[in-house]
Amino acid sequence: MPSLGADMEAGTLVEWLKRPGDHVKRGDVVAVVETQKGAIEVDIFEDGVIERWLVEPGTTVPVGTPLALIGDGEPAAAVPAPEAAAPAAAAERAAPPAPVQQPPVPALEPEPPARRPRASPAARRLAAEQRIALDELTGSGPDGAIVRSDVERAAAGVAQRSTAPKRLDLGEMRRAIAAAMARSKREIPHYYLSTTIDLTRALAWLEGANATRPPAQRLLLAALLLKAVARALGQAPEFNGFFTTEGFQPGAGIHVGTAIAIRGGGLVAPAIHETEKLSLDELMVRLRDLVARARSGALRSSELSDPTITVTNLGERGVETVFGVIYPPQVALVGFGAPVQRPWAAGGEIAVRRVLTATLAADHRASDGHRGALFLADIDRRLQNPEAL
Amino acid sequence: MTRDDVTAVLIDELGRIAPEIDATGIDPDADLREELDIDSMDFLNLVAALHERLDLDIPEIDYPNLATLGHAVDYLAQRLGAAA
Repeated sequence: MPSLGADMEAGTLVEWLKRPGDHVKRGDVVAVVETQKGAIEVDIFEDGVIERWLVEPGTTVPVGTPLALIGDGEPAAAVPAPEAAAPAAAAERAAPPAPVQQPPVPALEPEPPARRPRASPAARRLAAEQRIALDELTGSGPDGAIVRSDVERAAAGVAQRSTAPKRLDLGEMRRAIAAAMARSKREIPHYYLSTTIDLTRALAWLEGANATRPPAQRLLLAALLLKAVARALGQAPEFNGFFTTEGFQPGAGIHVGTAIAIRGGGLVAPAIHETEKLSLDELMVRLRDLVARARSGALRSSELSDPTITVTNLGERGVETVFGVIYPPQVALVGFGAPVQRPWAAGGEIAVRRVLTATLAADHRASDGHRGALFLADIDRRLQNPEAL
Repeated sequence: MTRDDVTAVLIDELGRIAPEIDATGIDPDADLREELDIDSMDFLNLVAALHERLDLDIPEIDYPNLATLGHAVDYLAQRLGAAA
């Protein structure tokens, strides 16, 4: 059972998506587990053949419990891994799951925007109470909208299926956030830095790039900001990783967690794996897919366990400055405010420029303010040269 | 396509983005981003959906014309009329 957050203690296996005897590759989704963050798809972190299940659907087990036995496919190897390989295998299990292999990303053909089901407010409320996923229902209302009676029929059916996936439970999510943030404020000695970045060049470049693109291929400022942070992290490894009982552990890659607000309350910050290696177009495709899946409660386990830092774009909501709370065991959070027009001195003259406040909340056990200042300055520098992102 | 058709398409697409709200009850003068709590990704998805359904390119520079339901209907109806 993978750990999908600092305060996750247990999870419930909902269903197996593969069968014993099936060949699996790293990154394949093999199971669905129910957690405080909704139903999560578990992707596997090693290649092999599924020999047998160790946990039955409907069972709740503590984090760290082996869920399945993966072998190399040889009939004689029905026993767990050979002795020589055992320490390595055990070490691998104890480590956070390795980054998944991502499917090839089309460079210029983003997936169509995810459709959220149409439903009446009464249907939506009932579905939330009964933990029924609206996108699995067929609506009988106007234009196929889901109405209350559709949910009632589904609820009657679900009552007989004890292991039905529950998708997002906002109450549970709130409890998970409460536990993680309380731990953060209890344990992490935060320090905070803030800088104002002139975004004129970045926005002009973005507007120029988008002017010739159809809407489905346009870039958002968020993609530039994520890329600038990821690139800067390459020079500032002390902000990318985890603080554990052993002290600071640098992340194995740069997996930027992106805070995504959930309609109705709550948020989740799943990872975009190897953010620094993605082109802006690839980053947009991934971001779009991640936002849609976060909001429908269909994230993968590696996306929740792997973020090595979090970026939040609260500027979306008009605020100018974000004072971040670090998500443990991460050691830093970068917050971006809204781009605003301000009088700005440049080249000895005052002009109206579009600027944005970038903040860093960082763990003083892992880094010092001096390094934090260099990190923020590097993000600024990269945003002055958007065509290189 | 009539003005009512444009309104229907817009309300339908807004309903997909913010399914929990009653899209037929949106105040035509309210800021859509605030009224529906939609972010820039939602807004981009809306523009992409309108582009596809109405076969109408909406440049970024025109986004301010989509700030409220009333303005958006005016803008889209005018653009479609001009294109016809």
